Amino acid sequence: MKRLIPLWITAVAGIVLIISYFIPPLQGWGEDAAIWFDVLAGIAFILGGGNILKIHLKKISDRVPGWGFSVILLAAFLLTLFIGLSKIGVHPNPLYPTYAWSGYYRQNGTPFWWLYEYAFKPLTASMFAMLAFYIASAAFRAFRAKNIEAILLLGTAFIILLGRTFAGVWLTSWIPDDSGFAGLKIENLTVYIMQVFNTAGSRAIIIGIALGIASTSLKVIMGVDRSWLGSGEE
Amino acid sequence: MKFPMNGWFVALLCGTATAQTPYPPAPPTNLVAVDHGWDAATKIDLSWDLSADDAEQVRSYQVLKAVGRIGDVTIEPDFKPVESVDPGTAEFRVKDLKAQLKRWKVEQEYGDNEAIAALLADGSKSFKIGYVFQVVAMGKDGSRSATQTASPITPTMQIFDGSRFWFSVMTFIFCGAVIAFIYLARSGMPLKIRKIAGLDAVDEAVGRATEMGRSVMFIVGIQDMNDIQTIAGINILARVARTAAEYDAKIEVPTSRALVMATARETVQSAFLKAGRPEAYNEDLIYYVTDEQFGFVAYLQGMMVREKPAACFYMGSFFAESLILAETGNSIGAIQIAGTAQPAQLPFFVAACDYTLIGEEFFAASAYLTGSPEELGSLKGQDVGKLVVAAILIAGVLMSTMAAILGPDQGIGKSLVDAVKYLKDVILT
Repeated sequence: MKRLIPLWITAVAGIVLIISYFIPPLQGWGEDAAIWFDVLAGIAFILGGGNILKIHLKKISDRVPGWGFSVILLAAFLLTLFIGLSKIGVHPNPLYPTYAWSGYYRQNGTPFWWLYEYAFKPLTASMFAMLAFYIASAAFRAFRAKNIEAILLLGTAFIILLGRTFAGVWLTSWIPDDSGFAGLKIENLTVYIMQVFNTAGSRAIIIGIALGIASTSLKVIMGVDRSWLGSGEE
Repeated sequence: MKFPMNGWFVALLCGTATAQTPYPPAPPTNLVAVDHGWDAATKIDLSWDLSADDAEQVRSYQVLKAVGRIGDVTIEPDFKPVESVDPGTAEFRVKDLKAQLKRWKVEQEYGDNEAIAALLADGSKSFKIGYVFQVVAMGKDGSRSATQTASPITPTMQIFDGSRFWFSVMTFIFCGAVIAFIYLARSGMPLKIRKIAGLDAVDEAVGRATEMGRSVMFIVGIQDMNDIQTIAGINILARVARTAAEYDAKIEVPTSRALVMATARETVQSAFLKAGRPEAYNEDLIYYVTDEQFGFVAYLQGMMVREKPAACFYMGSFFAESLILAETGNSIGAIQIAGTAQPAQLPFFVAACDYTLIGEEFFAASAYLTGSPEELGSLKGQDVGKLVVAAILIAGVLMSTMAAILGPDQGIGKSLVDAVKYLKDVILT
């Protein structure tokens, strides 16, 4: 029963979503099924928050190496949760002035907004910025000319990178635009590689992905693939 | 500086002003609005007779739209431009319409109207709306003709969305092929699958972690359980967890969604049970970190640098974090296997990981690892889909080439161009 009910829910929801895509009067059913998931995901926030508390309180209690990080994490978590839920400093919405909590939770100037603007955003931006360095190190490794394929990759990458810079355009600017060799200008070569070779390759991958997604979805709906339930057995 | 305003200059200005007085073109006539057939009540077809000055004076025709009726109440239409069409055009299809408006939307936008307020009193959740359309000819000199207004019309919802007919045919063929091959496989039809190096390396990676006495880290992407890539990642986790249980290796699964954590726990527990080592299962090693993309990455990076897992699996939906994770894993010398259906992230994984499951390989992993006939049958069904796609591609290329050779403006060449246009705009859209 523990396996059978989820399998039936999945099959019914999946079939409803497929059918509602083609039959407009049933579109509401598909939207309802999507809302059920949102409800579940909303409840899961409590599950996630509880798990964070459990894991990190245990780390602090056991004094595992790095338990100080857990203290900081829990303090930040509880502080943000309290400020966000209680909407400290949030003015009521002008449309509903008699409802004290009717204002937008991220209203400008509130403590929650401050945390978001001056703590959260700079931290995430810093993490994202690190990507530039990782791209450089990955490119250095990927473009080492070890064999024929790597040399081809290196050559193509060189043309593409050069074609996106002013230097690339300048290098072949002596080729007249109306000559038969205009296609060899670095910027034109870049566009050609991206539009022909790159597009052909990526479309082949995308077609494979689309068919894979459809096939996997069908297996899940039909109950052929049950590993997401934890086990194939009843 | 003083400007010389003498008599001849003023006369010149007046003369110029007289010459530039806008002369509006004649308006379009007989504007008719008709509900578009076989749709989800989202389209209305407009047609009109061209302005008498169409050839000489008209720069474009502007189509305007407004809500003119809510329920049975007629309201003052507030016309907004929808689109401008070229001169010589006598029809236009207005899209993205609605047959009904939700109660809150009516309250918000038309609540001030007394008749609407009375209408809202009946407690209905939504109200039928009628649209009014206008067409006006815009002159080359910036003038506007008189407007033509059509009668209010409400789009009607049909039982089937005709614009998705060809998509439904393809869905039927593809799903039919997958189901047929699953049944054929069940009846004993022999099926085989090519070698996938990334999946063969699972045992090697887990074995290496066991030998080194370090953990195996498995990331199921950063999307929730409603993403098919997460489900595909969970399928692979089942196998990796079972191998880890057999080898007595420690497997750690940080997740960025609480529902994924719950599913991963079930999966890993079941894998340990199947491996005959239920006592080795530790649910605290499968835990939720945060929904925030870079918060999750920060945690994983820190953990990888501190604990140095010997094997890292990235199986699921990844975005900008793919390279940060893979490069960190590379820097600590972990054996890394990745799989994703995000085409933009594949180059990063290929550059930084030892093995990468590219696109469809990622979805074939479940069939490959379990080897069950039903799952292998579904892969065969996928091949039928590829054959259909290849046939359409070849047909499109041949028709375009033939049209170019025969001349696209007349005879067979023109028919071929029309056929390619139908293929692209109707069948494949």
